[in-house]
Amino acid sequence: MLAKRIIPCLDVKEGRVVKGVQFEDLRDAGDPLELAKYYVAERADELVFLDITASKDKRPIVYDLVEYLAGEVFIPFTIGGGLTSVEHIREILVRGADKISLNTAAVHNPNLISDAAKRFGSQCVVVAIDVKNVGPGRWEIFTHGGSKPTGLEAVAWAQKVTALGAGEILLTSMDRDGSKIGYDLEITSTISQAVNVPVIASGGGGELSHFRDVFGQGHADAALAASIFHFKQFRIKEVKDYLRENGIPVRV
Amino acid sequence: MITVIDYGVGNLKSLRNALKYLSTPYAISSNPDEVARAEKLILPGVGAFGFAMQCMNEHGLAETVVECARAGTPILGICLGMQLLFTRSEEGGGCKGLDLVPGTVRRFTGALKVPHMGWNEVVQCGDAKLLANSPDSQFAYFVHSYYCVPDDPEAVAGITDYGVEFCSVVQQKNVLGAQFHPEKSQEFGLNLLKNFAEV
Repeated sequence: MLAKRIIPCLDVKEGRVVKGVQFEDLRDAGDPLELAKYYVAERADELVFLDITASKDKRPIVYDLVEYLAGEVFIPFTIGGGLTSVEHIREILVRGADKISLNTAAVHNPNLISDAAKRFGSQCVVVAIDVKNVGPGRWEIFTHGGSKPTGLEAVAWAQKVTALGAGEILLTSMDRDGSKIGYDLEITSTISQAVNVPVIASGGGGELSHFRDVFGQGHADAALAASIFHFKQFRIKEVKDYLRENGIPVRV
Repeated sequence: MITVIDYGVGNLKSLRNALKYLSTPYAISSNPDEVARAEKLILPGVGAFGFAMQCMNEHGLAETVVECARAGTPILGICLGMQLLFTRSEEGGGCKGLDLVPGTVRRFTGALKVPHMGWNEVVQCGDAKLLANSPDSQFAYFVHSYYCVPDDPEAVAGITDYGVEFCSVVQQKNVLGAQFHPEKSQEFGLNLLKNFAEV
């Protein structure tokens, strides 16, 4: 049976992990490879690296990072953040990333999704969508870290990006992000059932039961989390043991 | 020395990284003469079956690979590369494969999402050379929309369940295949590559 995936997400800036990861047992918690290896050993199913490097001329640092990671990380990993062209995407994939994630660029230029899918295959094109609940049963797409509304309705957008060739959707609830009150089950479930590609739920995971619920009621295929793993509130193994006890298939 | 066949389809970077990590000597080649002299072959592949066969033929590699396999050279097909080993695929209205393993490649039908993507269990059957020193059941990373059905049930060396129980590891004498990506399946996948290197 296909396992539900647990995916830690790491923010990297100019090739270094940011957002105070608290691992006293790592020599260098700012080194993406050290952290990646730690999570691989913990049985993370995939890894997502979000490049938050602001300066355009420092962007190529991420290319070196991909090469560095690909040499020693033998589980799938995704690189997202700031990818705006097929050429950019190609640079990341040829260095050994398995998937790339598009966010704002996909909103501004949806053709980038189809261009990337045609050239590299849908399996490596993840479209990240950041949603906010804007009224009963209504979710809107926001960009720029949740600060800019786009007027796009979430379910219609998810269906559009899938039709354009997205192979997976990374759905983040901006309302829940960092809140630890649980994933937004309603929008996760709605989108999971509205598209025929896997949905990775993100934003709000803070308790073990939140993971059970996002896979159960939320129908998610994968759950992404950052701080609860980085701050060792839970270890991945604890989450997986809990899920298995609750009848949810996981890779142990 | 393993020769990885490069016929212009897909990215070989992860496979190269895995072989390098295992300190397994390997070469990459698209040259039929070099492939013909190889001790062992890996046939990788992603994408469409018909296009991959077309590229293999254009490079003059299809015939060479068949000759090598018939002469006893160990060959490992990975993902689409495993599918290419079969007689035919339903993909794109029907395509001919290398016919090294009699059988058909079929599309997943039913309620589950296609492609089959993520970690799923591989249950070992019989004496699977590729799965030596691995637990009887292990998770591997899959990305595919079609699955292999060998005519001879004896050729099934590993089974995975995705709505249908399908052959995820094939073994017919020197012709071997894995439907999943060993280069992305953590220690289980690396062990599979190591086993192939030691076949």
